[in-house]
Amino acid sequence: MTRRILTHTLLYIILIALAAFYLLPIYLMLLTSFKTISQVDLKTMWSLPISGLHIENFIAGYKQLAPNINNSLMMVIPEAILSSLLGSLNGYLLAKWKFRGSNLVFSLILFGMFIPYQSILIPLVKFMQSIKLYGDIPGLILVHIIYGIPITTLIFRNYYAGIETELLDAGKIDGAGLMGLYRYIMFPLSAPSFAVVIIWQFTQAWNEFLFAVILTNQSHWPVTVALNNLAGSQLVQWNVLMAATLLAALPTLLVYLFLGRYFLRGLMAGALKG
Amino acid sequence: MNKKNLYGIVAILVVAATVLSACGPKATPTPAASTEVEVFSWWVGPGEADGLAAMVKVFNAQYPNIQFINAAVAGGAGTNAKAVLATRLAANDPPDSWQAHAGQETIANYVAAGQVLPLDDLFKSTGLDKVLPATLLPLISQNGHPYSVPVNIHRSNVLWYNPKVLAAAGVTANPKTDFATLDAFFAVCDQIKAAGKICLSLGAPWTAVHLFENIMIGTIGAQKWSGLWSTPPTTDWAGADVTAGIANFAKALSYTNADASTMTDWQPASKLVSDGDAAFNIMGDWAYGYFANAAPNGLALTPHTDFDWAVAPGTYGVFNFLSDSFVLPVGAKHPDATLDWLTVAASRPGQEAFNPLKGSICARTDCNQALFSEYSQDAAKDWTANVVVGSLFHGVVAAPAWAASITTAVGLFQADTTKTADFQAALVAACKSDGTCK
Amino acid sequence: MFRKFTLRVPRLILALALILGGAICVFFLWNVQLIIAGKNLTSIGILLAGLVFYTGIILIISMFQSETVLSIALLLPSMVAVAIFVYGFIGWSIRVSFTEWKGLNPDYTWAGLKQYYLLFQNNPRFVIDVRNTAMFTVGFILGCLIIGLGLAILLDQKLKGEALFRGIFLFPMSISFIASGVVWGWLMNPSTGNRITGINLIFQTLGLKSLISLWHSTPMPWGMAFTVIPAVWQLSGFTMALYMGGMRSISDDLREAARVDGASEFQIYRFIIFPMLQPVTLSAVIILGHMSLKIFDLIVALGNKAIGLDVPGIYMWTTTFDGTNYAQGAAIGVLMLVSVAILVVPYLIQNMRTETQL
Repeated sequence: MTRRILTHTLLYIILIALAAFYLLPIYLMLLTSFKTISQVDLKTMWSLPISGLHIENFIAGYKQLAPNINNSLMMVIPEAILSSLLGSLNGYLLAKWKFRGSNLVFSLILFGMFIPYQSILIPLVKFMQSIKLYGDIPGLILVHIIYGIPITTLIFRNYYAGIETELLDAGKIDGAGLMGLYRYIMFPLSAPSFAVVIIWQFTQAWNEFLFAVILTNQSHWPVTVALNNLAGSQLVQWNVLMAATLLAALPTLLVYLFLGRYFLRGLMAGALKG
Repeated sequence: MNKKNLYGIVAILVVAATVLSACGPKATPTPAASTEVEVFSWWVGPGEADGLAAMVKVFNAQYPNIQFINAAVAGGAGTNAKAVLATRLAANDPPDSWQAHAGQETIANYVAAGQVLPLDDLFKSTGLDKVLPATLLPLISQNGHPYSVPVNIHRSNVLWYNPKVLAAAGVTANPKTDFATLDAFFAVCDQIKAAGKICLSLGAPWTAVHLFENIMIGTIGAQKWSGLWSTPPTTDWAGADVTAGIANFAKALSYTNADASTMTDWQPASKLVSDGDAAFNIMGDWAYGYFANAAPNGLALTPHTDFDWAVAPGTYGVFNFLSDSFVLPVGAKHPDATLDWLTVAASRPGQEAFNPLKGSICARTDCNQALFSEYSQDAAKDWTANVVVGSLFHGVVAAPAWAASITTAVGLFQADTTKTADFQAALVAACKSDGTCK
Repeated sequence: MFRKFTLRVPRLILALALILGGAICVFFLWNVQLIIAGKNLTSIGILLAGLVFYTGIILIISMFQSETVLSIALLLPSMVAVAIFVYGFIGWSIRVSFTEWKGLNPDYTWAGLKQYYLLFQNNPRFVIDVRNTAMFTVGFILGCLIIGLGLAILLDQKLKGEALFRGIFLFPMSISFIASGVVWGWLMNPSTGNRITGINLIFQTLGLKSLISLWHSTPMPWGMAFTVIPAVWQLSGFTMALYMGGMRSISDDLREAARVDGASEFQIYRFIIFPMLQPVTLSAVIILGHMSLKIFDLIVALGNKAIGLDVPGIYMWTTTFDGTNYAQGAAIGVLMLVSVAILVVPYLIQNMRTETQL
């Protein structure tokens, strides 16, 4: 028992040290976001804000971001849900319903992840214009979903590959079809993967700038464009920028906190397998 | 199974019903486009965004029927604004007007591609042709036709310094009058180095290109600098003048701070001067606002005591300028509204509203000087009296591809300043690849 | 192929209704704008109508009772989308890379391999880029895998406060690359003497003077190695999440059985859990690899386009958008893809082989 306490104490010490390392930059961001611009200086980066906490940085940041937050939510929520559903379906089909050439299909899809987005902006815009989805949020959603297909498919496929096929065979004997097996057996087991994929897709789409600024017009710009616009071309107010960055990171943080539970629920789903 | 199917069918029906009802009776034809003008710029930061808003206010008062759409994207990391604009232009979706640096950035890019129209009529009707310095017009024109409306003028060759640091190091030379040559400047640098301070502060990598152009002008003078950019060049890129300029640039770099490349932008370098860690900084005149403005846009320092300015060493009597300007695209969606916008941008009220907030001076020489800061009034006098030359990094003298090659060459040179021959060879190659040199 | 066809009349009627309704809607919206309460909903209407149309098709296919056909039909939209958005656009890039296109107007004059030749012929910048990418990729992937796995194991010990720690380790991922690059640039400030600051100042205060470093301003080529730190900081939490997902899919019974057999905790990880995590590791390598080969924002924010920290993504960007040299930029993009292919295609082929054996 004492040995257990000892190891646990050791583990906590390691965890707390690591957590401190992970929080150090965040702490610096927080510190900066409460300062005035004249206090934002490399030499004094660790000193506490003199002349009080400058909440006005957060207010200024919020004012700049507010009009675009709604656009971002309208974009990211459907995007994360749809693309994880699509990825789950693709992953399921490619892991459990192999047909001749299905591995080739998977490989070809996967390779799409590596395309450097900066080099295909022009054909992308032209194509989106031709299918009349240029300039608005639905088009941006579509593009994020499509470029998310490789990664979502990959994560789900590898997750499903680890689930014993015997489970499906049992379902088949009970007369369930392809979609029935997915809905009643695979889908309920997918919570941890959905958590990972939604975290990924949500974060990517929320922080993505290039497609956002190019594929939507000015009234539909998401929050990253507003965030980017806080950095002027000649003068950057780092204090306001850091405050706004932290504000912009809040929705993602909420997603992490919320989805963390599904990791645990996934653990319980794992017990089903026995 | 029945029950499962039922759920599926109900779900699909709901979706279908929504779509059908949505695209059925409520669909309406596109309403007639109201008059609007979408203006693309990279003015989003403190000061510049305020200036734009002030100019828009003038515009709205004159043209209340036109809706102004501000499509500003920050130029920041990766110069996003340029990528957005280039993509929109390549995809035939140009804004009604956009911001471009006056000079070759406009001419080699947009004029050469046939994407913007000449503005001779507008220059006449607004009287702009009469109130611009004579040396400016050729720099923003192609075959005698101006292609963009310069809204403001910034000066690149300004030497910012901290008088207290100079005094502490026992420097008696006055930067405003005694730096007629770079050698005089370097002599002072040795004194400052001996006193344990940085002589010349440098910021992010692009500021090295900014420094390079001003050291080169300081070495070879205005006329030979302009000769580097004429077609064909009258100053030889492979010649002794450029070699001397490179030597001076290498020497200047040896007086800079070692951590320059890690700085986020020009501001930390300027701050080294105001903090008293460095004596000098060569930076454009946008630094004035950072030094002098009250919080939150600036450091609220007192001119002449906390910081001071002079013309960059060796460039007395020369005004190395850059200018933001607006263009008239071919096939503009709202050509009349665009012309109205350009008229305001060219007008005295428009420029008087914009420039004091932006911290630049009017491109027009007839603005009311009482509206401007002490520095700007100084600069405005030089603007009319000095020899005007164009900035390299800020898009006036070289096509973007050429400037990009030079930026790469400067970066490589900065990593190893002994490779002077390689650097000059790269400069020659850059000129050849542009097609200006044979 | 079609083993049997079972006609279900209600389903057929529904399918036909969906196909017809979807098609009509797409056609209608293509020509007329849909505006509700001042909002233009045309594009979302087109998307939804297309979805409805395809649901009808799937319903009909489902009546054929062939799982293979149904499976392909369900995969088809993804395949078509990837074919256009990935392979179509790559084709466009390759085409442009063989042209003279410089300047804003497309110029498809054939230039052969000229753009590639220019990159390989005495181009010091490209050499730096290749070296930097290799260094970054190796450091970044190894760093994330090792730290991510370590964190996952730590959090697998059923300690209290696991949710809190998990949140802390994941949080950096929610910060944009640009902001994280800026903050790490401050932390890794290389100044010394009276201007010492950032982490160096912490080291000095703690008396760890030997650790004081020039960080990413270390002269070439080793400065690049330090850019790995912020990247690992951002994505090791995600790698941890991937591993945790994988560990949680391993049933407790398996571990329990091993324990009964007398295996130590270490042996359980070594012989049971790690082998089962192999697919996760591969996912992680691919996901991290695709980020590192395309890395752009983070390095721009950290290195401000300093040549010593240059990567192909930055080179392509400055060439294309600062220099308007589209053909050359496309060539860099294509080379980036080729380098990926060299790394990934063997894995994919091997993946295909082993899978078919199963």
